[in-house]
Amino acid sequence: MAFSDDALTRLRADAAEIIGRYPKARSALLPLLHLVQSEEGYVSGDGIAFCAEALGISETEVRGVATFYTMYKHEPAAEYQVGVCTNTLCAIMGGDQIYKELAGHLGADGEEAEHGHADIKSPDGKVGLERVECNAACDYAPVVMVNWEFFDSQTPETAKQLVDDLRAGNPVSPTRGPKRLCTWKEASRVLAGFGDGQAGDGPSAGPASLLGLKIAKERGWEAPRP
Amino acid sequence: MTDILTPVLTANWDQADSFTMAGYKRDGGYTAVPKALAMQPDDVIATVKASGLRGRGGAGFPTGVKWSFIPQGDGKPHYLTVNADESEPGTCKDIPLMMANPHVLLEGIIITCFAIRASHAFIYIRGEVLHVIRRLQLAVAEAYEAGYLGKNILGTGFDLDVVVHPGAGAYICGEETALLTSLEGYRGLPRNRPPFPAVEGLYASPTVINNVESIASVPGIINNGPEWFEGIGTEKSKGHGIFSLSGHVANPGQFEAPLGITLRELIDLAGGMRAGHRLKFWTPGGSSTPILTDQHLDVPLDFEGVGGAGSMLGTRALQIFDDTTCVLRAALRWTEFYQHESCGKCTPCREGSWWLVQAIQRLENGQGNDEDLETILDVSDNIVGRAFCALGDAAPVPIQSAIRYFRDEIIQHQKEGGCPFDPAASTLWADQAKASR
Repeated sequence: MAFSDDALTRLRADAAEIIGRYPKARSALLPLLHLVQSEEGYVSGDGIAFCAEALGISETEVRGVATFYTMYKHEPAAEYQVGVCTNTLCAIMGGDQIYKELAGHLGADGEEAEHGHADIKSPDGKVGLERVECNAACDYAPVVMVNWEFFDSQTPETAKQLVDDLRAGNPVSPTRGPKRLCTWKEASRVLAGFGDGQAGDGPSAGPASLLGLKIAKERGWEAPRP
Repeated sequence: MTDILTPVLTANWDQADSFTMAGYKRDGGYTAVPKALAMQPDDVIATVKASGLRGRGGAGFPTGVKWSFIPQGDGKPHYLTVNADESEPGTCKDIPLMMANPHVLLEGIIITCFAIRASHAFIYIRGEVLHVIRRLQLAVAEAYEAGYLGKNILGTGFDLDVVVHPGAGAYICGEETALLTSLEGYRGLPRNRPPFPAVEGLYASPTVINNVESIASVPGIINNGPEWFEGIGTEKSKGHGIFSLSGHVANPGQFEAPLGITLRELIDLAGGMRAGHRLKFWTPGGSSTPILTDQHLDVPLDFEGVGGAGSMLGTRALQIFDDTTCVLRAALRWTEFYQHESCGKCTPCREGSWWLVQAIQRLENGQGNDEDLETILDVSDNIVGRAFCALGDAAPVPIQSAIRYFRDEIIQHQKEGGCPFDPAASTLWADQAKASR
């Protein structure tokens, strides 16, 4: 599906703003790919053509970049992309079991759930499941990400409830993030550099992040005074 | 003698508005900028050099020395690129820092750019942390609004633009030259050095690349003086650093302490190991640093101490594994990670990481033999020192260090024809499950 004239006008204005941030236009390619992903939910052939035109480079060059980075999807993503961290620490703390149970919950068979690496999608297209690498929240292991928001310290039960809530359209809040979980397309737009006004939501830090500070305050420990 | 914990960058994280300009200023934020901008740029560099600050991204190169490599009066634009790509398995300090206290990073950026005569800075942040990106975007907008960014900052004639640049999912982009290639809009492939980024970096111009925590440490050094920073830490590893404990401790979390604290002290602060279990192995600074064991509980966690124990301080990402954990399972998963993240540019890493995974998988399944062990050690020798960048050099680290300390356990897999460990016993909920039975 080609972009409508309205969409093209809008995207071209956004693209000009993105390109204007950089001393050299080509640096805008990663945010431009996030931008086209925010329009269609994935990087389509039209999205690639749009980026190529915006930067005056070939579609092949754009495709080469788009296929290098794992955050760009090449088929329509679900409204909510659920990523279970199965890097070593989270896997051992239970991420492997969470992935397996979620995959089964979404209808994958045993072998696929156990060893599969392919993305799994719920039949209603609401929820996609994938394995993700370490997401820099190891003190909250096992970690699940939804549209790149943190869902800390998960269990198979909480993760299945999360997926059920997402599919039912129930409100869901990340542990450290905005009150309202945004959709995959909305998240991609933030990544393209267009704020959604939700930065002020959520805590400054979660409890594990604060543990050392809490102990230091209790015991009167502090950095030396100058 | 300094206290056991020394919160500096983390000191305001428990304030509900710590991430806002108002919250940061209430705790003394943005007082270092006018001080630094009243100095000569070279004096700012000298101050940071004198503090002994070493890079907090893993390698530990002296930050002030790195800045002094930027040629001055060369007529080229200079750039600062902050490496906020935090993706090293186990590493989780920069992400909470930028979520809770993005302005301390911005204040450090302003001072650094003034020192190296740059008028454009980029924060290359991994894309998979949406709320942290929002917080950075808000902080940058507030800083422009308040006149700390933009044209003629505080009337000094110094101009600076800062761009928050989210990546798109690629561990390799934490490697500094791959980061630059990615920031220029290409596949994130590393580059040959020399030329070093200080001479030919972003857009072939002089570029400083520093870790988030390194840059965030600069305002404190300017405000309190290099002697203050030097007074924290050990002889050659100065200052405060965030230590991240994860895994099988009672209470995982972040602890900002002088460099040189020990794992024994940190585990004690984390409430000990999980009840009924003992420490088996741990990484001092992410998966790219060789694992250590319970023999190393009293090693000072500074650059020299951990180096002397046969590993590296790295990013102070202390992943703690207890006696329920299969070391082969851990090493296999880390090796699969390097295989997945290999950019494919050089053969030793691209092919070698693949061969390692095959052989380790056989061992873990109990189908391996002595030849597999030899293959692993041989392939490892052919990767280390022959790969194009540090990602390749790191790929054999988990399995090499696992063999160093746990050869018997690996052989046990062969004898039993499978893994002798129950993965369910390692999970977060294993103890609750046991208690409810």
